[in-house]
Amino acid sequence: MNTALWAAKTGLDAQQTRMAVISNNLANTNTTGFKRGRASFEDLIYQNRTQAGGQTSQITRHPSGTMIGTGVRIVAVQKTFGQGTVAQTNNALDVAINGRGFFQILTPDGLTAFTRDGTFQVDDQGQLVTNNGYPVQPGVTIPPAAQSITIGDDGTISVSLPGQAAPTQVGNIQLSDFINPAGLEPRGQNLFVETAASGAPQISTPGINGVGRLQQGALETSNVNAVEELVSMIETQRAYEMNSKAIETTDAMLQYVANNL
Amino acid sequence: MDRLGYIAMTGATHTMRAQAVVSNNLANISTTGFRAELVAADSAPIYGDVHPSRVNVVTAGYGADFSAGAIMPTGRDLDVAINGEGFIGVQAPDGQEAYTRAGDFYIDTLGMLKTANGLPVMGDGGPVAVPPNSSLTIGADGTISVVPLGQPSNALAIVDRIRLVNPPTQELARGRDGLFRMKGGETAEADASVTLVTGSLETSNVNASAALVEMIELSRTYEMQIKTIETARDDADRAAQLMRLS
Repeated sequence: MNTALWAAKTGLDAQQTRMAVISNNLANTNTTGFKRGRASFEDLIYQNRTQAGGQTSQITRHPSGTMIGTGVRIVAVQKTFGQGTVAQTNNALDVAINGRGFFQILTPDGLTAFTRDGTFQVDDQGQLVTNNGYPVQPGVTIPPAAQSITIGDDGTISVSLPGQAAPTQVGNIQLSDFINPAGLEPRGQNLFVETAASGAPQISTPGINGVGRLQQGALETSNVNAVEELVSMIETQRAYEMNSKAIETTDAMLQYVANNL
Repeated sequence: MDRLGYIAMTGATHTMRAQAVVSNNLANISTTGFRAELVAADSAPIYGDVHPSRVNVVTAGYGADFSAGAIMPTGRDLDVAINGEGFIGVQAPDGQEAYTRAGDFYIDTLGMLKTANGLPVMGDGGPVAVPPNSSLTIGADGTISVVPLGQPSNALAIVDRIRLVNPPTQELARGRDGLFRMKGGETAEADASVTLVTGSLETSNVNASAALVEMIELSRTYEMQIKTIETARDDADRAAQLMRLS
């Protein structure tokens, strides 16, 4: 069928997907530790009608070829791992990562997932868990009598117990870093899982080997820039309209043939 | 049948092809670093024993529009836009060097610097490999420096330099994969005068309003050519009517 129609159709598809990515970013403007997605576009293959540099005679050649493109596609939706703003909450179990790295979370299916969302809570067993009740890895148990909890910037968790002057260390938070964090697969619930593209997690103590330090009593906000998303949304809408105009025009051309010949 | 119809048909065919090119440009209005494809009609007179009065139309590409797109700040370390003229060297799947303007890079699990569609970015001596690091900076001249993992932040190490070239654009042709290559198949020389803007991407250089106007124009031209074919048919009908023995 007509290349013009199909090229414009791929444009509509791609802009539609981009709109979905933007909507998702906007919907997650207030999600702790959320990383914005970005749709990357790539042109599809070209049909070669005349070869650039082909001989037009024994001594002359085509200065440039005729390449007719077949449209566009979304090659990737990349997560942009820029740091979100660190907002103070003064809640002892809120932890923000200042720099690279992810918290490790044990999901109910036994896999380790990774998150930047440090909104932790203590469950009925005293375990440090996420909002969804998934335990932090390596597991930390807070004694029931704990008066206060301190999380150091290197991940050391200590509690003060009644009748003891010195704080008791109860565990450590460790962070995982990836060579290509954009390759992580987002799983929802603010979690990411490892893929072949992200590489294996490199576990280290916060502040060492390039991973960030922790900040207690603070949370990392979403790194979505609402203004930027709104501008992208306008751009997407216009691009969508133009592509549908291309379909309309091509359709009118074909209709003219059908009606008049 | 009269040749009139056939000549108008070549015009209509060309117009539809040109429409496909405009349509593709519009589809790629959000493609990072995309260069609009240009297309034109060329006359192909029919030579023979007679006066060459019949001129067919053929579609002639005249390459890509190499004017720069807008530079859009993204704030990401691995995004680069070329400031002015020039291209980034990448390794095409066949192992040969090809050129692109799209600078949305990522680092894969083996530490290779790649474009968003997975092609390794070329450095001074082959594809760029980046060692594990805690921070990475791409300089305006393409120099990549990192703070190696576990080192203090003043221990900067220069890794490689992105291959930036600036061959004359008339020597470049677009391949089927959308990448540019030298027409003769050779590799372009590195050019130190090409500069990058880091933390930014270059938008597509498709001019939306021009494309829409062009599309209207093509649509009208197409109608005229179809009208000509219609006229040729009517003429033939009328002639047949005259000849009819009633």
